Amino acid sequence: MSLLLAVAFLGVLCLVLEILNIKKTIVPVVVIALLGLFGLTVNDLLTHGSFLDIVSLPGMLVFNNYAKAFSALFVLLTALILCLIPFCTRERTGHYTDYTAIILFLLSGAIAMVSFSNLSMFFIGLEVLSISLYLLPASNVKSRRSNEAGMKYFLMGSFASSLILFGVALIYGATGTFDISKIIEVSHSTTFPVWYSLGLTLILVGMLFKVSAAPFHFWAPDVYQGAPTIITTVMSTLVKVAAVATLYKLMDILVPTISGSSRIIIVVISILTMTIGNITAIKQTNIKRLLAYSGISHAGFMLMALLYLHQNSEILLYYTAAYSLAGVAAFSVVIAVCHAKGKQDMEMFSGLGKTNPLMAVVLTAAMFSMAGIPIFSGFMAKFFLFNEMLSIGETGLVVVGVLNSIVSVFYYFRIVNLMFTKEPDTSHVIKYPIEVAVVAVIAIALNILLGIYPSIITSLTI
Amino acid sequence: MNIVAVLLVLLAGVVLTFVSGNKLAKKSALFFSVLTLLSSICMLQGYLGGANVGAAIPWVSYPHISLSFKIDGLALAMVLLTTVLTPIIILTTWNKEIKNAKTLYSLILFMSLAMIGTFTSSDGLIYYIFWELSLIPIYFIILVWGNGEFEKRKKAVITFFIYTFAGSLFMLLSLIYLYTQAKSFSIDAWYSLKLPVETQYWVFAGFFLAYAIKIPIIPFHSWQASTYQKAPAYGTMLLSGIMLKMGLYSIIRWQLPVAPAAAECFKYILIGVSVAGVIYGSIITLKQRNIKRFLAYSSLAHVGLIAAGAYTLTVDGLRGAVLQMLAHGLVIVGLFYAADIIYKRLGTANIDEMGGIKAHAGKFSTAFIVLVLASVALPLTFNFIGEFTVLYSLLQVNLWFAVVGGLTIILGAFYMTRMFQHVMLGEASAKPFFDLTAGEILVFSLIIGLVILFGIYPQPLIELIDPAIKEIVKQIV
Repeated sequence: MSLLLAVAFLGVLCLVLEILNIKKTIVPVVVIALLGLFGLTVNDLLTHGSFLDIVSLPGMLVFNNYAKAFSALFVLLTALILCLIPFCTRERTGHYTDYTAIILFLLSGAIAMVSFSNLSMFFIGLEVLSISLYLLPASNVKSRRSNEAGMKYFLMGSFASSLILFGVALIYGATGTFDISKIIEVSHSTTFPVWYSLGLTLILVGMLFKVSAAPFHFWAPDVYQGAPTIITTVMSTLVKVAAVATLYKLMDILVPTISGSSRIIIVVISILTMTIGNITAIKQTNIKRLLAYSGISHAGFMLMALLYLHQNSEILLYYTAAYSLAGVAAFSVVIAVCHAKGKQDMEMFSGLGKTNPLMAVVLTAAMFSMAGIPIFSGFMAKFFLFNEMLSIGETGLVVVGVLNSIVSVFYYFRIVNLMFTKEPDTSHVIKYPIEVAVVAVIAIALNILLGIYPSIITSLTI
Repeated sequence: MNIVAVLLVLLAGVVLTFVSGNKLAKKSALFFSVLTLLSSICMLQGYLGGANVGAAIPWVSYPHISLSFKIDGLALAMVLLTTVLTPIIILTTWNKEIKNAKTLYSLILFMSLAMIGTFTSSDGLIYYIFWELSLIPIYFIILVWGNGEFEKRKKAVITFFIYTFAGSLFMLLSLIYLYTQAKSFSIDAWYSLKLPVETQYWVFAGFFLAYAIKIPIIPFHSWQASTYQKAPAYGTMLLSGIMLKMGLYSIIRWQLPVAPAAAECFKYILIGVSVAGVIYGSIITLKQRNIKRFLAYSSLAHVGLIAAGAYTLTVDGLRGAVLQMLAHGLVIVGLFYAADIIYKRLGTANIDEMGGIKAHAGKFSTAFIVLVLASVALPLTFNFIGEFTVLYSLLQVNLWFAVVGGLTIILGAFYMTRMFQHVMLGEASAKPFFDLTAGEILVFSLIIGLVILFGIYPQPLIELIDPAIKEIVKQIV
């Protein structure tokens, strides 16, 4: 609870600092505060302490290990992403207070989504996150594409939100309570009227939209492409991870045992998401669209976690951490290059290995991690997931996963090939501020660290 | 000397070579590769003296993975092949101008590290990680330092990568499946695991895809020729000399003992396919005009015979396969080096445009003819021992396999001598071709010395590998 309050307070603090006209301090203050919160949350998680639970709101929020672990990941990702904010907004009059504040509110929504103990709190969290997200893609006011992205996301997103709300209402109708402990109690004892499953389906659909799983993924490429790159970073790492974690938690609560038919549905959606994401990614020439489709295919992998509810959620945490850290690293390079060249074609990476070796190495490592090549945590993530799937007998799904990994090599390595073989179109070294390099290196270093010591996460009991 | 120490020496080499800068990189890489060779010889002595040179360090608690290395004669032979060839390959680059040398040399050492890890690890997942890691350096070596125009090179290298990566992933499936059955990644637990025959088929098939692509066995060979052609000479040497031995070694170490019933069942098909590869490779070789492609396809034929030997499941077959792996590794590196020398001096890789080199370069032509004769398995060369043992084991399985496999020697003799004739003999060409330098002589004499030494006296090697092979065969039958 205190974590949530602290993050919301930081958001307000940003606005106050802007009024006091000392906005240069905003990003350092916020990032240091977030890192502090990250440390405290991890400490709480490891020592099973409750230092951050000074203020608690029983019945609405519960900071169990699951919530703490995912919140820690969200806070860390936000801290990394916020470091990039001043650079990204430099061209547009340098207003970044609003960005920072909105991203912080978004973070508080994400935290509420993984730590709710009451469905109404879940919905509030979801809306806080979503409303922030309706604003952010459209924040580049003068760009048509940005406006289009915001509008698209708003229309589709509000529709999904209303589906979820309707689903929550139906579940309330079936169980007579919003409280998750009571719902679990009831759901284990009695059989339900049909609207329980109906409500569940509606929530599932709404959340799949937020995760950008097929067949609800159509918004993602357009929105990712149109939104300012920094917002794309937020959406494809933080928001996707938050949505997957929430979906897992919801299913964990609402589905006592995953039965035959729902199993098939999840398997089919997972296969569809992976395959559509990967196949479409091959043909993309715009780097942001490509990363959007790659994110869709990763969502397919993450959805596999729904097949082994109630156990080993560490593996989902590991996968999300591996994916999002690689994502942040990749996007910081994309931000640096996009800003320097003013376009989003993949061709702009030509010869990056010659002009900016550091950036090229980071992007290569991120691509390797996403493709699932050993010592990068992306490999261990896929390995843990496949291991779990084979032990519950989902051989077919794993085979499709493997085939998809092979397909994904095509487009990840196309970027790597461009960077290291083609001659650069201009001999200019791309200039970027030190913080972009720092974020990229930290993100990829954490990724490799997780790959070498996976026990950091897998030994947690969450 | 422990295996971990050997790996650490190489790791230190990787880092220090990268740090030492472009000027010193070559020397640093040579120094560390020789150091690794010495430490692996120390390890050999330790092993022969009965010391425990393996290691097991817990790594991940759930799923249970430990960094474990188990050394036996077979693994040691492969480690020695790697550690002997690495300095030789580094020596072959001695007179070259190399851009960004520090990265290249640390990649070469890193690849050597990954390959030694593959040969020695006894934990399934660690084995897989090393197996995959060896792919990354060679990918960059071909991509960045390769020859030919960018678009074609990119195509060759991506085909190569996707092919091998796809195969490996299916192997990963088999590995994970074995883990779920045995609850452990340890190779000993897998050896004692008695899987039902139907599941063995699938596990066997998963392994087979990875190895058949890496070796390559037809019809999985289509990446090979263009990759060898586009790779720089040292990349080709790494690929053909050591890396494809990873696949052959893994057949013996992992595939056969883990799924023996499936191996027994598919025995005839696999020997048949491998022997077909011998004929196919030989015939295609006859048509090749590019010397690197020529050597690539001839290598395909030789490797097919090695695979056939391994799949006979007999002590003789496995022994012959291992010996032939070592012999082929040495000779093919020498041949590619010779091809590279010709290419550098004449500026062409087309066999038709060569000729008359012998008149200019006596020493080179002597070295080349010895290597050619070794590659066609002339008695007193190491290859003769290996190839003969393999053919003998094929004979035990079926006469016709031996007859058809034996054609490799006849065909090989035909195309190799014809190639030699085209390249070296004939009228002295107008273009000058200066003879070998001291460094080049050193490389050739190292290779030829080893090939002839073990051709005359293979006994120590056979004694080294035999206990390990007998144990594996006991496991299979």
